[in-house]
Amino acid sequence: MTAITRAEVAHLATLARLDLTETELDHYAQQLDVILQSVARVSEIASADIPATSHPLPLENVFRDDIARPCLDRAEVLAAAPAHEDDRFRVPRILDEELS
Amino acid sequence: MSTAMPETIPYDEALNLFEPVFGLEVHVEMGTNSKMFCSCPTAFGGEPNTQVCPVCLGLPGSMPVVNRTAVESTIRIGLALNCTIAEWCRFARKNYFYPDMPKDYQISQYDEPLCSNGYLDVTVATVEGPKVVRVEIERVHMEEDTGKLTHAGGATGRIHGADYSLVDYNRAGIPLIEIVTKPVAGAGHLVADVAKAYVAELRDLMRALGVSDVRMEEGSLRCDVNLSLNKPGSPMGTRSETKNVNSLRSVERAVRSEVERQSALLTAGGRVVQETRHFHEDIGRSTSGRSKEQAEDYRYFPEPDLVPIAPSPAWIDELRSTLPELPSAKRSRLEAEWGITPFELATVVNAGALDLVEETIEAGVESAAARKWWTGELLRTANDQGIELADLPVTPAHIARVEALVADGSLNDKLARQVFEGVIAGEGDVDEVITSRGLAVVSDDAALLAAIDEALVAQPDVAEKIRSGKVQAAGAIVGAVMKSTRGQADAAKVRALLLDRLGVTEA
Repeated sequence: MTAITRAEVAHLATLARLDLTETELDHYAQQLDVILQSVARVSEIASADIPATSHPLPLENVFRDDIARPCLDRAEVLAAAPAHEDDRFRVPRILDEELS
Repeated sequence: MSTAMPETIPYDEALNLFEPVFGLEVHVEMGTNSKMFCSCPTAFGGEPNTQVCPVCLGLPGSMPVVNRTAVESTIRIGLALNCTIAEWCRFARKNYFYPDMPKDYQISQYDEPLCSNGYLDVTVATVEGPKVVRVEIERVHMEEDTGKLTHAGGATGRIHGADYSLVDYNRAGIPLIEIVTKPVAGAGHLVADVAKAYVAELRDLMRALGVSDVRMEEGSLRCDVNLSLNKPGSPMGTRSETKNVNSLRSVERAVRSEVERQSALLTAGGRVVQETRHFHEDIGRSTSGRSKEQAEDYRYFPEPDLVPIAPSPAWIDELRSTLPELPSAKRSRLEAEWGITPFELATVVNAGALDLVEETIEAGVESAAARKWWTGELLRTANDQGIELADLPVTPAHIARVEALVADGSLNDKLARQVFEGVIAGEGDVDEVITSRGLAVVSDDAALLAAIDEALVAQPDVAEKIRSGKVQAAGAIVGAVMKSTRGQADAAKVRALLLDRLGVTEA
């Protein structure tokens, strides 16, 4: 039994905007399957009394005070973008990007 | 689509045929000083991309830290909405590919909202009088707002046909609270009113809590309206979700237009497509957006860069103790204290005058007079100037002073209006305006009698009528005297002097 199907990998590739060939799909589906099965072995060790965690440190309630501080320089920020116009980031047309 | 079917069925007719079910998702921008996960300021209207930092720009290596005040505000909202506050909850990443978030995900909450299972009672006006409807709350959760897109190129400025888009990330990362109702059934013909009243009540609640200024025109409160119709006795129908509903009036119009559109579709034997629709404020209607037939795949997972939130009972109690009197309780109290109807109170609330009237009454002014000034003359002036009542230079103390002078006969109503004109024009406080404009009731009997005699001579026929006992004709002479004294007389006093002069008594 595989941990991930080829169709699922194809779906993920679409969501991540990766244009994979059929050969690449086969390749990554196999690789991901190995990775997922290896990681899944952790649950063989974890018994029912060990809850799943989403963070390596047992911390709770880490907050900062609501104080505004200086921001980055706009010219510097925009200089790092591939394109900008009118002090805004310029991005490619959006609707063609929609999933069909 | 067949061209033969009617596009809409009138609202009331539609609701004779179908039962509506609605649900609302309301997003409220918090009025915090800094963003949800970073220290950038949240002020509205800043120059594009000047309120950004590595965290809200999603630069590699940056780490979010939660704003304590935003969490506290969310808990207070949850408590005010009678919700259960989670003992432990986490943030989640909502992954999507859209340039309004530079990280390609939004930090939100998914299956562990901070607040859940509450309710808000709202009052709607019906022909039988006010009716209270309970709107159940599914959840209240925290997330971050997105950046603002401007679509360039193309003819319409809309996303359709745009050549490219420009992004301002000032808004990205501003604390956003999402309040989601459970499906609300049974509202019948009142469905549009209930939806609108719910949003109005939420807005008042946010203001009372002081968690947001809720300026809908600046987008600090935004709604998505879910609506479905079903035949009586049938299961719930397929719903549409109308986004971009950003004013109270639009909430009502969005519900109405969906009722009218869906009922026509269903009556013609068609079916409602589960889709996202976009509401256009300018035309008051929505147009079809993206179909939701294929479920969105946001791949939520617990946010690994943030630790869980576990509010202690002590912290929650402390926050509960900071809750102000809630708007519905306050309205009931004021109706009783001021001896007015819910309708009269609604006039005060809609004028944005509630606090001002309350303070004016506390300053010693009668409720009727306080309401008269704020919802009459002063409201007109504020509307003319396009500002809020609270931003006028007139204060409750000014009104108290003017009313005291009216009570002791130093001013009349007309002069009082001139005093406020002067105060609004920046001529000083009440007494300064009275002095500089020379506003005072003419109380010198000799001067008034001279004016009365003059008026009697000018209108001999009226004088004769009064002498013959037609006391109601006195109004014409009083009016003439008020005119000749430029309103600076006490009309009641003029009338008394006049009748005395002519030797007649009130009938």
